[in-house]
Amino acid sequence: MPIHEESLIRPENLRKHEELNIDNVDVSGHWSTFIETRSVADYNENLEREISAFPGGAYIHRCWQCGACTNSCTVNAINPDFNPRYWIYLARLGMEQELLRDKEIIWQCVSCHRCTHVCPRDVEPEGVMKALSHWLEAKGHTPKSQSQHFDEEFYQQILETGKIEEGRIVRNFFNRTGQPLKQPWLIRMVKNLIRGLPIMLMFKMGLSTLFRPKTKDWSKSKHSIEELIEMRELERKKILEGNEAS
Amino acid sequence: MNDRTMRDELQTVAYYPGCALEGTGHAYNRSTKRIAKKLGLNLVEIDNWNCCGAMEVKNIDPEVQNYLSVRNMAIAKHKMGMDVVMAPCNGCYHNLKKAEHDVTHKEETRKTLKKMADKTGQPEYKPGDVETIHALDWIKHAIGEENLASRVKHSLSGLKIANYYGCMYTRPRHIFPEKDQGEGSESTSKPHFMDDLLRAAGAEIVEFPLKTACCGGAHTLSDCDTSTRLVLNILQAAEVCSADVIATECPTCHSGLEMHQIRAEETLGVKTQPVMLYFTQLLGLALGISPRQLGIHENISQSLGLLRQKGLV
Repeated sequence: MPIHEESLIRPENLRKHEELNIDNVDVSGHWSTFIETRSVADYNENLEREISAFPGGAYIHRCWQCGACTNSCTVNAINPDFNPRYWIYLARLGMEQELLRDKEIIWQCVSCHRCTHVCPRDVEPEGVMKALSHWLEAKGHTPKSQSQHFDEEFYQQILETGKIEEGRIVRNFFNRTGQPLKQPWLIRMVKNLIRGLPIMLMFKMGLSTLFRPKTKDWSKSKHSIEELIEMRELERKKILEGNEAS
Repeated sequence: MNDRTMRDELQTVAYYPGCALEGTGHAYNRSTKRIAKKLGLNLVEIDNWNCCGAMEVKNIDPEVQNYLSVRNMAIAKHKMGMDVVMAPCNGCYHNLKKAEHDVTHKEETRKTLKKMADKTGQPEYKPGDVETIHALDWIKHAIGEENLASRVKHSLSGLKIANYYGCMYTRPRHIFPEKDQGEGSESTSKPHFMDDLLRAAGAEIVEFPLKTACCGGAHTLSDCDTSTRLVLNILQAAEVCSADVIATECPTCHSGLEMHQIRAEETLGVKTQPVMLYFTQLLGLALGISPRQLGIHENISQSLGLLRQKGLV
């Protein structure tokens, strides 16, 4: 079909003709641009189910595509390609290949909760974004995102001691992701921090890097958390392999 | 003051400082305790508390995050006999509220958490066992503006302040059932508790449209460029509103603004003027507490020059 608004269509799906004659009607000029006919044959019919098995994705089925999430989105204001409404649409239709086009940016959701705040259907789109990026990693479509490295480091510390120590988080995160700690802005920040610190506090903070802050009697909590996570991972594995007990 | 806004039971509350207040947010911790003492309010720290999971653990599993929150709330109620938990950190406050919401409305959450509580020998948390409030609710409802104004020793007059509340204090609305309830309650779209308190302390509050904009805190290290850009929006908007100071009420927002102000200078060459201070530090100054006791020297953002110039130090 001929179209006016080319910006709405991806360039590779546009077909232009300098001169065109259809059934003896000359349609050269304004009416000679068409959308390429395509057929989608590789639906993943299990896609919505898969994504809803990841943390945060449980309510994706409630969406009725009003677009309030994308309208309110902090990241969309910076990058118009970041489009939660569209990704939820693709996931529910099972259009996996189409979804993969944006695989590099989905993890960038900043969890500002504007979408969840305005969603009239309680889809919790912020959670769906997290579920989508976990799903991308679990399926091997993307490597672990920086965000996932950060979450894992954070979780690991809580699992071990019940608390986190920020210095350790920063060091281990930079280590995990292979980034240098000696960046000019980081150095200046640490200098500003140290300049004002009273000696006793500095001493105390130094000590906490050696003796990590801990919640007492944490081991039972640790086991209980690990048990839950193991169970969840097993459930997810079954769903991803399509072996879900019906 | 009517009964709705002034509450006697807030004179003594369970205090949940959280991990950030023992690290980068130590000045917030210190100034919160100082003003409590000055105002005659009691903070009883939750015994053997654990991390709330911040914005990270929910991405590993939402129920683990709920477990982390309810463990603290259950200790406050069943081991300490407290009815109110006060959390000054937006992340902690948000997570406790979220857990309360899930325990109240989701059967599945209740079951999972009951099982975990039984296994760990913790008392089970039941909906409504405690009420979670933010440090802003606490000062606003335990002291109130009139009472606060009458205790001011050094008015903050001449100081132009933009109040920055961030995301987690108001969003998503369904976990804060007490907000948006008409006169006297907090607004999720235009929060004003910090405005009310600092205005009572004499400050000039500027109209600031980015009160609840996002600072990119969740990706402050994992996606630095985005965070720097979001923080720069906030800093430049405050500048346009002619604010000298951005008042904060969350350690993650506060350190995010400080960090990325420096990063914007170093990596983009964009310098911005506003300095960051915790609202508790500003209230403390007004109440006549010394800057050192409020930890103002410990902030990364250097504000002493400005405070001297305004005659507040």
